[in-house]
Amino acid sequence: MRFDLIAENWALFAGGVWMTLQLTALSVLIGFFIALPFGLIRAKSNGIASKLINAYVYAFRGTPLLVQLYLIYYGLSQFEAVRGSFAWVILRDAWWCALIAFSLNSGAYATEIIRGAVQSVPKGELEAAKSLGMSPFQVNRLVLIPIALRRSLPQYGNEVVFMLHGSVVASIITIQDILGVGRTLNARYYLAYEGFLTAAVLYMSLAFVTVYTFRQLETRYLGYLRVSR
Amino acid sequence: MQNLIEYAPLLARGALTTILLALAALALATALGGLGAAGKIRGGMLLRSLVFGYTTIVRGVPDLVLILLIYFGGQRLINIAGKAAGIEYMELSKFWAGVAAIGFIYGAYLTETFRGAYLTVPGGQREAAMSLGMRPLQVLRAVTLPQLVRFALPGYANVWQVLIKSTAVVSVIGLEDLVGLANDAGKSVREPFLFFSAVFFTYLFFTWVSQTIFNAAERRYALKELGDAV
Repeated sequence: MRFDLIAENWALFAGGVWMTLQLTALSVLIGFFIALPFGLIRAKSNGIASKLINAYVYAFRGTPLLVQLYLIYYGLSQFEAVRGSFAWVILRDAWWCALIAFSLNSGAYATEIIRGAVQSVPKGELEAAKSLGMSPFQVNRLVLIPIALRRSLPQYGNEVVFMLHGSVVASIITIQDILGVGRTLNARYYLAYEGFLTAAVLYMSLAFVTVYTFRQLETRYLGYLRVSR
Repeated sequence: MQNLIEYAPLLARGALTTILLALAALALATALGGLGAAGKIRGGMLLRSLVFGYTTIVRGVPDLVLILLIYFGGQRLINIAGKAAGIEYMELSKFWAGVAAIGFIYGAYLTETFRGAYLTVPGGQREAAMSLGMRPLQVLRAVTLPQLVRFALPGYANVWQVLIKSTAVVSVIGLEDLVGLANDAGKSVREPFLFFSAVFFTYLFFTWVSQTIFNAAERRYALKELGDAV
């Protein structure tokens, strides 16, 4: 082990951590805004919209994230129409393609989480809200969604760690995230251990911080369930 | 489309590599998971903390990081060992490096699956079997294992579905699997979207078939109607 090389390249790794955090956080956030309406529709109806959403969820959960990323980053450039359009500025850029692929992926997994959480909300709490004279919209906004989101916390924590780990594929399309920096070190000095072990430790620390944060959130927002048990 | 048909045999070969890789990794993961669970349940202090370290560390690190670490790190070890032994150059197999990495990772997940399933089997049943004079191995085979399979199946199915998707990243070290070959072919005929779509639907097919098989297995091992059991 040559710790001096790791120390020498600390700025690269710091940049990698920032890139990984940025990609993970943004995709989880965008994924959430996809999943909230989709999850509600999936939980409440069985119409054509619900079926279409189910197809999206099935396709994105049933295939590797890497393949989804390749389809967007390499695949779309096949079409003249895409290359000629205004969207090409975004679609030729590795970072944007990664963000799009990750968000769609996270959205699919989160749709299932929210659907499950909405369905787990006790009927009595909704009936109580209705009996107070709330309109359906008020019931959703004030009772159903807040309760469902609290109940989705444990699984959402898993999803964030999953996305954090999944985001390593960004390094394959030249993005300098944590693993990207590790691979750069490997290519430049032919030092496999230094680069990849540092990356492993960094990912592990981020995963632990994420798990810990969600534990705290669960005690804060889901503690009432533990008391009632 | 013409190109895709022309390249179909090549892609089929890649798909076969992907399946073999996944199955070999599953076999390794199952073995490691069984050993890990046994260690966690029956082992002493040292063994238990060893297994704890294994499951905690491995589940914290992304699959690709471990694959690169095992492939490049293993190659460097081989080079050093080869130089010492006077052997010229030996190359680490990409296929087996992938199997080792993926099997190692999902062995950690299966350790938890198996341990949880074992703990779900009520202890009274083991005691009842022993009180009938059965030897420990007989108890395991006739009483514990059949129920363990039932409780572990859903978790096992989940791990398999994640594992098979995980095989895609092994193409990064240059393995000629489905993703790797489609990447090369798609770029050389300038139809990457078409070729990656084929890969996309192949994976979808894999996960669909697996789901069907596991659903059937879960029905096979499910508890019969309560009336029959009692």
